[in-house]
Order: sequence, then structure tokens, then C-alpha cells
Amino acid sequence: MTTRELLIQATYLVASVLFILGLRSLTAPATARRGMQQAAVGMLLAIVGTLLHEQIVDFRFILLGLALGSAIGYPLGMFVPMTAMPQRIAISHMFGALAATLVGISEFYNAGNGGAVGHARMAALGFEVLFGALTVTGSFIAFGKLQELLPGRPLTFKGQNAANGVLFLVTVALFVWLVVEPATPWAFYLMAALAFAVGVSLVVPIGGADMPVVLSLLNSYAGLASSATGFAIGNNVLIIAGALDGASGFILSIAMSKAMNRSFGNVLFGAFGAPVESAKKLAEGLTVHAVTAEDAAIQLAYARKVIVVPGYGMAVAQAQHQVRELADLVEKNGGEVLYAIHPVAGRMPGHMNVLLAEADVPYDKLKDMEEVNHEFQNADVALVIGANDVVNPAAKHDKGSPIYGMPILAVQDAKSIIVMKRSMSPGFAGIENELFYDPKTSMLFGDAKASLARLVTEIKQQA
Amino acid sequence: MTILSLYVFVLAGFVGYQVITRVPTLLHTPLMSATNAISGISLVGSIVAAGARESTVATVLGTVAVTCATINVVGGFLITDRMLKMFHTREKPKAEERK
Repeated sequence: MTTRELLIQATYLVASVLFILGLRSLTAPATARRGMQQAAVGMLLAIVGTLLHEQIVDFRFILLGLALGSAIGYPLGMFVPMTAMPQRIAISHMFGALAATLVGISEFYNAGNGGAVGHARMAALGFEVLFGALTVTGSFIAFGKLQELLPGRPLTFKGQNAANGVLFLVTVALFVWLVVEPATPWAFYLMAALAFAVGVSLVVPIGGADMPVVLSLLNSYAGLASSATGFAIGNNVLIIAGALDGASGFILSIAMSKAMNRSFGNVLFGAFGAPVESAKKLAEGLTVHAVTAEDAAIQLAYARKVIVVPGYGMAVAQAQHQVRELADLVEKNGGEVLYAIHPVAGRMPGHMNVLLAEADVPYDKLKDMEEVNHEFQNADVALVIGANDVVNPAAKHDKGSPIYGMPILAVQDAKSIIVMKRSMSPGFAGIENELFYDPKTSMLFGDAKASLARLVTEIKQQA
Repeated sequence: MTILSLYVFVLAGFVGYQVITRVPTLLHTPLMSATNAISGISLVGSIVAAGARESTVATVLGTVAVTCATINVVGGFLITDRMLKMFHTREKPKAEERK
């Protein structure tokens, strides 16, 4: 090993250690920021180390790419609002996977269109391009759904299952063929093209509410594509970073599936089956109790303990700052405020925590479902803002309900419940929520942001 | 060489699993944007492709790949830092004010 190679490998080793330490720092909010800065230093080292590579003879295009990428990356890092985080993550999975795919294609092309590629290396290149390409289009579709450029509902058609199955099998067959016979360029490029199509077909039938699982899974795929790149070019830092990314995405997607009490397979292929018979319970004979902002404000002003249950409705209305203001008032009156966060509240894992943190809510007030569920019975008021299915008691006892078995927040245990909602329309599961008909429940209709602002004014007037 | 790579992959995956299962749900979004930034490590492969001048095709593909990977690195680390800055406990002077 020459000194130059030794130096390069040393930077890669240090970078790998810093990445692991960086992720390790995320186990506690207090250490997280510094750890991530260390990981960023690790990335810088890896880049500098790579620039020392003796194969590199021309730096112009590298600099061009670095400059362009920074110019696009900077606004994506600094100016994207936290509410748009899910689609931002989706689009950057696309960029990451595209980089891996293009490197794979250029490797194949350079090696005499596969002529000088061994079987093992071809397997690595194949994985790289397969995972890369399907992540590119899959992420793009996920982005489209989250940004509402595409309809969020599952898009299905007759015979979709069979069509996708054939598409997938042909792609895998081409891959196997290439490993046996690497010098078949047509098979390689056809496989890449089909892998792009597979990505589309994977995500199109998945509905917006299942996006947390899809995003995590795409995260995992992007990592696996990076790892495969590492295998193909014999580079350990790529293998390590890719494996970390792959593990993280996989763990998160399992966690999200669990939180919805659905198997992985059901999330991914659920929409392919017969349309879910929405067990629409008739709301006839039941009455809801609407409440005015004045009355709700009185309840909140004198509450000793309030548990806020934020949902996607709060996020869309961007009402997190009003929530904080309201909580401050309750606390000023001597009450305690906690926030109960369901694992799938929002459109990506942990999204709600970030939105509330943005509104300056201290993180020690944000409680996980397991942590907070036994607290509801002591709560004077549970304030549900734009959440629906995660508080539906039917998940506990109604076997006919499509969300039966899903762990829910025990809101119905609270002494009284205020639900903020635009209208009585059901949530994504398409079912009535009996919580809304509970005698303890008051409905405060209207836009979450406006309602919260009215509550704040009312409480201020009472003081 | 390939067997050795497999070792590295399996061990790194194992370390990743051990570390990441301890990340609290509170920090799952920063975790995702962090791993997203780290996946920008494809820059390492992209830089070589863009600078080795092996063929015009490779140079063009490599340059686009460098751009894409840099977007992830720069944007990913910046937004993770922006997020983590927001996670804080209640400041002490504020609590005294309330009393």
C-alpha cells in the first residue's frame, strides 16, 4: 500500500467511526447536535480523502458538481419549512439513489459494457442499479403524493397485481442472466429501465396515510444501493455508511408498521387486494355535542392537567404555534400540559415532535404513546387537534373495524374531551369515530388554527 | 475481497441495528434526515467517476452523480442541524418568571 492509499483509507476509517458516533449521539437530544456535527466532519474527511485518489486526473467536473450540488442543497437545508419535511426527505432519497444508479451505470459502461466485469462484481453492480433505480422513481412518486401533485389515495387498476408481478419477475430474471453473462449490455440497460418502472408500480398503489412506512423503506433502499456501490468498487466506507442507512430505514419501517398494527406486506400490498369494506357504523341516533370557544376556554382555563393530542390536522393548519401559546396560558393558570404523540401522527416517523419543537415546545413535554396512556385518566381535558384514527376506541373493541388492533391513545379515559375538527367527515380509514359521540366529548368545529387563536383570546379575557 | 466486503457489511449492519434501536421516537425525523445526509457518501464513488476521465459518458454521469450526492450531503446535514437546534428543555429563567 502506498502512502497515498494509506492516507485515503485512514480518512475513510475515521469517517466511518464518526458516522457511527454521530448516529449514537441521536439517542439523546442533548448530545444529538454535536454528534451530527462530528458526522458532518466525517463526511468532509471522506470527500477530501477521495480527492487524493490517483485515478482522478481532472478536477473541473468534480468542482462543478460540488458547486451545483451545494447551490441546490443549501436552500433544501435552510429554507424548507418543517411541515414540508416528508416530501423534502422523499426528494432527497431520490437524489441519493440517482447518484448510486448513475455510478453503477458508468462503472458498467467503462468496463467494456460489462465485458470486463466478473460475476461477483456484476452481482454488486446489478443490486446497485436495481435498488438505486427503483428508489429514484419510488421516491419521486412518494414526493408527488406528499406534495399533493398526485392524488394521495391508492391508485389501483384491474390486473395490477399480475402486471406488477410480471414486471418484477422479468427484472429479476434479467439480473440473474447478467450475473451469469455480464457482457450483455442490452440486458443491463433493459434491467435499469424496468427497475425505474418497478419503483413507480411499488409506490403508486400506496395511500398517503401509509407514507411513513414507505418513506422509511425508501430510506433503507437508498442505503442498500450505496452499500452495493461499495461492493462494486471495493470501498468500505460506502459499505458501512450504506449499511447504517439501510438498517435505520428498516428499523423505522418496522416501527411504523407496528404502530398501525399492520404487517409490512399489508402496507405494501394492501391496496392490491379487494377494496377495504369500510365498516361504516351508522351515526344515526347518536348526537354530537358542539361547544363554543367560550365554553371550551373556560374548561381549559381551570384545568389542572391538559393533554394535547396533535394530529395531521394541526400540521396542515400549521397551528403548532397557537397550540404552544394556549399551553403557556394554561400553565400560567397553574395547570400542567403534556403532549401525547402517536407514533404515526404526521406523514413521517417523528414528524409531530419536530413540528412542536419548532414551536418551542420543550421536548420533555412530548410523550410517547406508552408513556402517556396511563396519564389520561388524570387529565381534566384531553384536547384533540385534527387527530382521528389514532384516538378511535373502535380499534380496541370493534373487530369489524379496519383499524382493529391498532394501538391508540387512551383519550376516552380523560375526564373531558375537546375535539377540534373541520367537520364530521371521517379520517383516512373511512369510519365513524365513536369518541366524537361520547357524552364527555365536546366538538369545536372549524379550522384548527382559527379555533386555537379564539381559545387563546378567550382565556386571556378571563384572566 | 468480496468475502471481506460481506464481513464489513454484516458487521456495520449489526452496529447500525444496535445503535439505531436506541434512538427515541422523539428523534426519528432527525434520524431519517441524518441517514439521508450520510447516504450522500455515494459522493465517494461519484467523484472518482467524474474525475477519472475514462470516457465522456462516465464523466457526464459522474458529474450528475456528484451534484445529486452533494445535494444530500449539504442539504441533509444543514436541515438535521436546524431541527436539532429546536429540541431543547425549558429554560430555567423562564420557569422562575412564571412563579
